[in-house]
Order: sequence, then C-alpha cells, then structure tokens
Amino acid sequence: MSVPAPGAIDCDIHPALPGMQALVPYLDEYWRAHILMRGLERDNYTASAFPPNAPINCRPDWKPAKGSAGTDLELLRAQALDGFGTRYAICNVLHGAPAVFSEDLSAAMCRAINDWLAAEWLSKDDRLRASIVVPMHSPELAAKEIERMAADPRFVQVLVWEMGELPLGRRIHWPIYRAAERLDLPIGIHAGSSYRHPPTNLGWPSYYLEDYVSWSTGFAGVLNSLITEGVFVEFPRLKVVLMESGVTWLPGWMWRADKTWRGVRAEVPWLEKSPAAYAREHVRLTVQPFDAPPRADQLQRIIEEIGSDEMLLFSTDYPHWHFDDKDALPDGLPEHLLRKLLVDNALKTFPRLSP
Amino acid sequence: MARHVVAPASEIAPGKSKIVDVAGRSIGVFNVNGEFFALINRCPHEGAPLCIGFVLGRFTADRPGEYRLERHGEMLRCPWHGWEFDIKTGQSWCHPESVKARTYQVEVVPGEALAKGPFVAETVPVSVEQNYVVVEL
Repeated sequence: MSVPAPGAIDCDIHPALPGMQALVPYLDEYWRAHILMRGLERDNYTASAFPPNAPINCRPDWKPAKGSAGTDLELLRAQALDGFGTRYAICNVLHGAPAVFSEDLSAAMCRAINDWLAAEWLSKDDRLRASIVVPMHSPELAAKEIERMAADPRFVQVLVWEMGELPLGRRIHWPIYRAAERLDLPIGIHAGSSYRHPPTNLGWPSYYLEDYVSWSTGFAGVLNSLITEGVFVEFPRLKVVLMESGVTWLPGWMWRADKTWRGVRAEVPWLEKSPAAYAREHVRLTVQPFDAPPRADQLQRIIEEIGSDEMLLFSTDYPHWHFDDKDALPDGLPEHLLRKLLVDNALKTFPRLSP
Repeated sequence: MARHVVAPASEIAPGKSKIVDVAGRSIGVFNVNGEFFALINRCPHEGAPLCIGFVLGRFTADRPGEYRLERHGEMLRCPWHGWEFDIKTGQSWCHPESVKARTYQVEVVPGEALAKGPFVAETVPVSVEQNYVVVEL
C-alpha cells in the first residue's frame, strides 16, 4: 500500500560512502598520514554483507548515473524523502569500518565516517538524522565514540551489526549500552555480519541466497542473547531496533522463548518477566522488507499474536533492492496501527527526534 | 468437608513429603521447616504428578550476575515442564496471576484430640501418644 501520511519517519535508509578517499579529509592527522602511507585509501573496505556489486544494494532502475547506490544526495532527496513526504529519515551507513580487526584503526575510520555523515549529509538536509557507527569489538572505544557524537543531536541511534564477534547480550558490550541508555540512544541492530563466524548456525553457506535468507534467523539469536543475559534488566530504559530483520518470525520466537523460560528460568533468575514481555517493552522492528502474508486478515492475526502495536517502525530501506517505492507497506494494516507505525512509535523509540 | 488423618507427624521430617490418597484424590503433604502444607498432586499446567517434583529454594537475583537463594525448601518444581510452585500458596512462579495448584488446610493434631473426633482415620492407626497430620477436604 502507498504511504498516505506525510510526516512519516523513515527508520532505515542507506547513504553510502563513495570510497575511502571520501574519508581522508575527515581522518585526524595521525590516521590520515597512516592510511596514506599504507595506501589504504585505495582499498574500499565495503562491508562484505553488502558487496557493492550485489543486486541487493540497489534496484537497477534507482541506480545513479555514476557512482554506487546511495551516494547521491539529490537522488535520495527526490526518491526517498520528497516522494514520501518524510519528516525524518535515519541514515545507517553500512560500511566495513566496524569490522576492521585493529581496534584503533577501526575506531579512527568510524570517527571519520560519523564526521563525514554529519558534514556531507546531515548538514545538507534538515530531514536527515543518523546512527553512530562504532567499533563494536572495542567496547571502550565504542562508548567513547558514542559520547563524542551524542553532542550532535542529529545522531539519534547507535548502529551495530546483527552478527559480530560475540552475541550482543554479553557483558563485555555493556559499556556501550550504558552510554547509549544514558544519552537516549537506542541500539540499532542491522541485518548482516562482520563474518567473524559463519552467518548461519550450520556453518559457511555456498551461496548468497543462503547467506541473506539466514540473517533473519540470526535475529532470534540476538533477542535470545540480549534478553537472557539481562541487558534490559541492567539497562531498563534501553531500546533496541532490529532493522531488516523481517517480522513474522517474532510470534514463533515468543512462543519458544516463553515456553522454555517457564521451565528453566532459574538459570537466569534476574528475569522478572517472560522473554516476550521484555521484547514487547524494549525491542522495535523496521518493516522493510516486510515478510507479510498475502492476505490482510493473516497480517492482522500476526500483529495480534505479537501482542503490541508499538513494536513496528516504518522504513523504506532506500536504496536497497527491497525498496518498494511508494508501496512500502503491506495492505491490511489497521488505521490505528498505521499512524503508530509511521510516526508515533518512532517518536517514542528515538527521544532525540522530539527536541 | 471432612478432616482426614493422613500420617503421624513424625513420619514426614522437615524437607520431606508424603503423597496420600484422600477421598479419591492424590495429595502431597509437605513439611516445610516444621510447618505442614498440602497441595493437589496434579500440575495445573498439564496434569503432571506435581508433588513428586524436586523441592527447592527460590532462585533470584538483584541484577544479572548477582545471585541469591531464598525461601529454602519452599518451592516445588513440576517433574514435566519445570514450572516452579510455591508450596505454601500453590502459586506458580511464572504465572502467579493465573496458574495455581489447589492447596488444602493442614494442621497437626495430638492423638488425644483425635480420639474425641470427628476425624476420618481409616488408614492411619491413631494412638494418644503421638501428633498427627490432618488434611481438610
């Protein structure tokens, strides 16, 4: 269905770094010299999860005349913002910087990406907001970068990969969550992997098809980890946003998690309520691509099973292949949910969108 | 409603229990630190013989990683799906608002008083020297 409400908040768009050269002016003196000395600016450091030539990165008819998808601000304005009457759109830069093994180089590149994003995108269009890119494998440096960027209110979230070095609930990550909670920044968890481990539970897949499709199941592991480790007990104000996770697996996950918890809850005695209850309170999901069933009544049923009308957030995933143009939402969403999904849920999830 | 003599009090030591048949119903009688409680031997979840489950304390935590064991011997864990029940109230830990195992009034009565009645003591021979566990249903 077409998006009818001007003022919608698009919670996942993807401006792309045209290349490492674009970062050079934004690196600090030491790292600029280091990178130029090693010739690293000639590498692209694109994220393996979204290789530049993969069809998923852009619908062919949305590609700019030159350069890769998501590098042209004018096109993004025309196609993603003006087209929808978008009030705010949250930029998530999917780049390889957070996966660079050297913690310090990774942190330097992340800092440069955040500064580039602020200067080249956020400052050029009032509707753009952004997620802070961080070196997740170095929680101390990641927390530092969160503190630094939080001074700019246009940064409204922290961006991490769904699959990194360790399950996201592990306590080693908690300095990141502590900083994020304190500064009113949700943790945005985007589909994809830094490929420290196979992206499927079974081992390395042979084909992109297997790889991409299995990411959705990775999100169930993300929720298992965040909830059972007690992240939301320790950080009761923290929200996480699952991006490009799909939605319809959630009721099945809730059933399995709650059922198992009732029997073995003594193992994680800090959980005062069921996993599904924590998910309803703390977890949000963007809806593009929405793995919606074909009929409106089936979709309603799934939303009833989820048991909350506050969990879903509008997104276009522009310019990725899923981007459905004006048909960014499935048919059959009830009116009250539509308003929440397009605007209200995002305002509640991202306090920084309401100055 | 009748009062059934189910065992001499000395037969069920603290921390132990006895499953008895009373008026056609299977009932678990528990000695929790010297106090007696009775629960129906049927889990309200799926009908398991609840009272043969493990007796435990309550596992709790103030925050992740800070563990505490409290209310020693007051929780019963169903042998089928592991749901925990409060022996004193029958309440389930995970659904306290909606799932409850039926409980029965229990008291310890001296044999002397039993001799005066009215009590149902078909299966338990009563002597005046002992105390007895009496379940009401």
